[in-house]
Formats: sequence, structure tokens, C-alpha cells
Amino acid sequence: MQRSFIAKNPSVLIFLACLALFTLIVTVLSEGFGVGVVSTSFVKTLGKTLCLCLVAVAMDLIWGFTGILSLGHFAFFGLGGYMIGMWLMYERTRLIVVESLSQTEIPPTKSEIIDGIGNQIFGVVGSSDFPLIWAFSDSLFLQLAMVVLVPGLLALVFGWLAFRSRVTGVYLSILTQAMTLALALYLFQNDSGLRGNNGLSGLQNLPGVAASQDEVSLWFLWASALALGLGYLLAAWVVSGKLGSVILGIRDNEARVRFLGYSVETYKLVVFTFTACIAAIAGALYYPQAGIINPAEIAPIASIYLAVWVAIGGRGRLYGAVIGAAFVSLLSTWFTGGQAPDIPLGFYTIKWVDWWLVLLGLSFVAVTLFTPKGMGGLVDLLTQRKSPNRHGANLGPDDGALREQEASQ
Amino acid sequence: MNTLLEVSGVSVTFDGFRAINNLSFQIGDAELRAVIGPNGAGKTTFMDIVTGKTRPDEGRVIWGDKSQSLLKMNEAKIAQAGIGRKFQKPTVFEDQTVQENLLIALKKPRGWLSVLMYRPSTADLEKTANLAQEIGLLDALSRKSGELSHGQKQWLEIGMLLAQEPRLLLVDEPAAGMTPQEREHTTDLLLEAAKTRAVVVVEHDMEFVRRLNCKVTVLHEGSVLAEGSLDHVTSNQNVIDVYLGR
Repeated sequence: MQRSFIAKNPSVLIFLACLALFTLIVTVLSEGFGVGVVSTSFVKTLGKTLCLCLVAVAMDLIWGFTGILSLGHFAFFGLGGYMIGMWLMYERTRLIVVESLSQTEIPPTKSEIIDGIGNQIFGVVGSSDFPLIWAFSDSLFLQLAMVVLVPGLLALVFGWLAFRSRVTGVYLSILTQAMTLALALYLFQNDSGLRGNNGLSGLQNLPGVAASQDEVSLWFLWASALALGLGYLLAAWVVSGKLGSVILGIRDNEARVRFLGYSVETYKLVVFTFTACIAAIAGALYYPQAGIINPAEIAPIASIYLAVWVAIGGRGRLYGAVIGAAFVSLLSTWFTGGQAPDIPLGFYTIKWVDWWLVLLGLSFVAVTLFTPKGMGGLVDLLTQRKSPNRHGANLGPDDGALREQEASQ
Repeated sequence: MNTLLEVSGVSVTFDGFRAINNLSFQIGDAELRAVIGPNGAGKTTFMDIVTGKTRPDEGRVIWGDKSQSLLKMNEAKIAQAGIGRKFQKPTVFEDQTVQENLLIALKKPRGWLSVLMYRPSTADLEKTANLAQEIGLLDALSRKSGELSHGQKQWLEIGMLLAQEPRLLLVDEPAAGMTPQEREHTTDLLLEAAKTRAVVVVEHDMEFVRRLNCKVTVLHEGSVLAEGSLDHVTSNQNVIDVYLGR
């Protein structure tokens, strides 16, 4: 019965191979290191898509496997982006300030430099002092640690309060929406210390790096691919073991797990915090490629899109989440980027920029109604896994439990 | 005989309705006990109280050699202390195989870190195989438990309870919806289990209780109406009036 992890989960190996192949092909076709067929901006889009796939893996862990429909994971994603953005912005501004002050006859003092940086960064919100949260922004190492620590701590505190009161189902989803909305509204304020609705910008320029964006975009693509690969591997390993059994049990029948002697709240908290950290890492890789982050990024709708991706891809299987996120977000880029041709109906012209969301909404409804396994279910056609006939019964009494149509043998 | 579980003077009220009224109950090590009573007599609420799902308004629930109070513990802690519970409806983890179901129940550390690092040893796999043999599911070890028949799910759940190695087993209507042969097998399982631990069976079906051949507690309106052998309680006039006479 004892088999190795890979032998039991062949999909992991297939996924990693596909990811490696994809990265290689994009590199070869890129402007930076290859033949130049794929434009740098598209490389960035692909790199960002990989980050979205990673946060979708996190979402699948918390929703598809643990049954907690969190509609707030983009808050952690955005926070991760803010944390790395603070260092990027500070360091780049410092280099500019030092450069400009070096023209003066008297060498600038340390406080002059810091004042200069403060003026540059916070001028837009009518301030020049560094708020307390920027205390570590001069250290790449500390700021990288904060990428994981700050969202992780927020998830820990929020999750502890929510799970210990045994808030479940739709109420928990509402609570997570409230959390991300509150965070977005707070960050919109100019005195929140993160430049209000201006957000952090110029993040695509790595301080002290002379390489062109053609090359930098590829570095980030590789980093994103690596993070996605490792994150996928880790998630697959976690769910393949006994912890996976326990969280699947929590998804389908929480009370039973409790009466087996497992502290359900602790397990939920662990998975919630763990997935928040993955989301934060994905965000920290996403925003340097996007170049700008502002509070609109963590608006409640973003987290809902995340749930839609996972649902369309097929929840409860990790590759489903990745496929869903990649497919829907790339399609979204295509439709909203004005590349999709308009459809003239004579009396009305369908402009996809406006109508894309309607299409997305309709396909979400269609997937939920007709193919609950999502796009990942197509894999079942290939491997000929069949759905069991359960006579209309779901897999468990809890809200997050798999529906009959989602299960496979 | 040592007292394993002692419930004394327990009352609980739901929205003004007294589900349990000054109930007292005792069970010793390695004892089999059947609890019977009409609908609404408080049988399931009694189990809820012992397993920590419901907090009583008053009374004491004392457990084990160290005389711990169960009232301050949560469900998970009570389960870890050695009380296993089987629900009325078969509740197994349907998306997982029989083996995974048994492994998750196996008596092992319940903390998340040790669970994360856990890999089943050969001894553990042997143990699950033995349990599966006992509950007649050896051939179904690698099948998803959702595919099993109703009776097989009931046995799997009993198997999971045995894997937990509890000192007290609470079993809620184990024979509901079973064929006569399946009932017989279930009786054997329970009698076997009661040799090494205390077992409380809540049951409606008199025929099933008769086959268990054990001491019977009759509940009515949240308190104990009579206690003794089945013949003793069935000849009790009160019992006949409220339960059997109907």
C-alpha cells in the first residue's frame, strides 16, 4: 500500500512538467532572451497570470478542500504586494534622491536624504514624514519577511476570532468580504500611510538593476513559475496526507471530525493562515510586474473573481484551480484589452469591454448548473473517472461539502 | 465495578422545553447498556451532553478514574479523553476511501503538526486491515466510502469508533434501516466491543435490544423511568403505560 508521493499523485508531475515547458517556451520566444515573438508586455501578463494561478491554488485549498468560502483572500494578496512595494519604492526613491543631492557642494546628511525620500514619496498626499509602518522599508530582508508576516498575522487574528465563534458558511463569507472591504477603505485614506488612492507606483523598476524591462520581465516570469511550482507541490503534499483527510472531513462533515477528537477550529485556522501566506507571496510577485498597486486592487470584487476562477476551473482539485485562473484571467485580459472584435448587431454593437463581465457571469452560472466539476472535469473524460450515482445526496451535511456532481470515484 | 461515567442531576432546557430533567445515569468499565424510550424522551440530547455538544443548565458529568468534569471540555477534548460517538445517520467521510476513513480515526496524536507529518506505518495499515476484516469491509478498503451501502457505512462508522479505541462508546440507533442479517452482524460487533469497553446503545427497536441481552435504561420526558434487565423493565407498569402500551 505504501507508495511514493509522486506515484500516488501523477498529476503533480504532469503539472510541473507543463509549467516548466511553458516557462521554457515563453523564454525562447521572448524579446529579452529569445527570438522576440512574444512582446515584453505579454511576458508580464503571463507572469502575472502565474501569480494569479498561485493565489487560486491557495483559494482551492481553503474553499475546495477545507470548505471555507473565503471571499477575502485578495486582501492578503494585496497586502503582500504593498509590503514588497514599500521597499521597491523606498529604495528607488533613495537612489534618485542621493543622485540629485550629490550635485550639491556640501555632502548631504543622512536626515536630509531621508527627508528628501519622504518628500518624494508622500508629496502626493501632502505629507513628508514617514509613517510608522514604513519603519523597515529600508531593509529588503525585513520587508520580505513582512510580506509573509503581516498578511499571516492578519489572517491569524481574523481567523481566530471568526472560527472560535464557530461562524461558518455564508456568514463567514460575508465576514471575509467585510474584512477586505474595511482594509480597502482604510487604505484609501490619505493618512493610512500608504499613499491613499495613489497607491504605490513605479514598482516595475528594480532599484540598482540596470537590466532592461525585457529581461526583468523574464526574471519575474521565472520567479512566478518557481513560486507556483513550489506552492503547488507543497499544497499537493499537504492534501495528500492525513492532514488532507482531516480538512476534507471538515469540508464535508465538520461535526464528525470534532467527535473524532480533532480540534476543527485549529485546523481551519492553520489552513486559513497558510493560504493567506501563499496569497501574500503571490501578491508580492504580482505587483512588481503590474508596476502599481492601489487600494482598488483589494476591493471585495477581486476576491469574488478569485472564487469564480476556482469554480470555473473545478474546486477540490489543484490543477482545476490553476486552469480556471489562467484561462479566465487571460480571457479577461483579451476581452477588456480591446483585442476582441466588436459584434455589430445593426441596432446595437456589442463592445466586449462592457459585455465581458456579463459573459463571465453567465458562464459562472452555466458552470455551476451544468458542469459542476468545472474545466478540471475535462480531465476526467480523458482518465475516464466516473461520477458515482449518489441519488442526489451531497457528500456531507455542511455548506462547503462537495455536491454530488462534483464528486468522482 | 468501577464507575466510568457518572451523570447526576443534569437538566437542560431548550426554549422553555425541558429536554432533560434531573437525569442521573451511571455506567462502569466494560458494560453494555441499552437506552430506550419514546420519541422526545431525551436520548439524543443525553448523548449531546456527554459528548459536549450541548451544555446542561445544571448537574454534573464526571468521567474516568480521575473524576474529571466533562462540562468544561469541548467536543474534541472529550473525544480525546476516550468517548466515541456514532450518529443516528451513518456519517463517514464519503469522498475518502474506507482506509482513509479508518486512518483518520486511528488513535494517534490529534495536533495539526503531528497530523501533517504523519505517514501511516506498516503497523497502522495492518490495524486498519484488521478492523476492516472485523467489520466485513476488507475487500472495500480502497473504495470510496460514499459508494458503500447503508449498512456498510454503519459498520464503517463502528469500525472508525473502534479505531479510536475509546473507553466509552455511544451508539445512536445502529440498526436503523438494516436488513435482518445486517442487524445480526451489528449485534455481534457491539457485543464484541463491549467486552473491552463500555458501550451505550440508544435504540427504538425492542427486538434488537433483546438480542443485546444487557441492562436497559428507560428514559421518559428527560429522566430515568426504570432500569434493569429487559424483562424487568418491560413488566414495569410505568414503562408499559408510557411506552410499550402505545
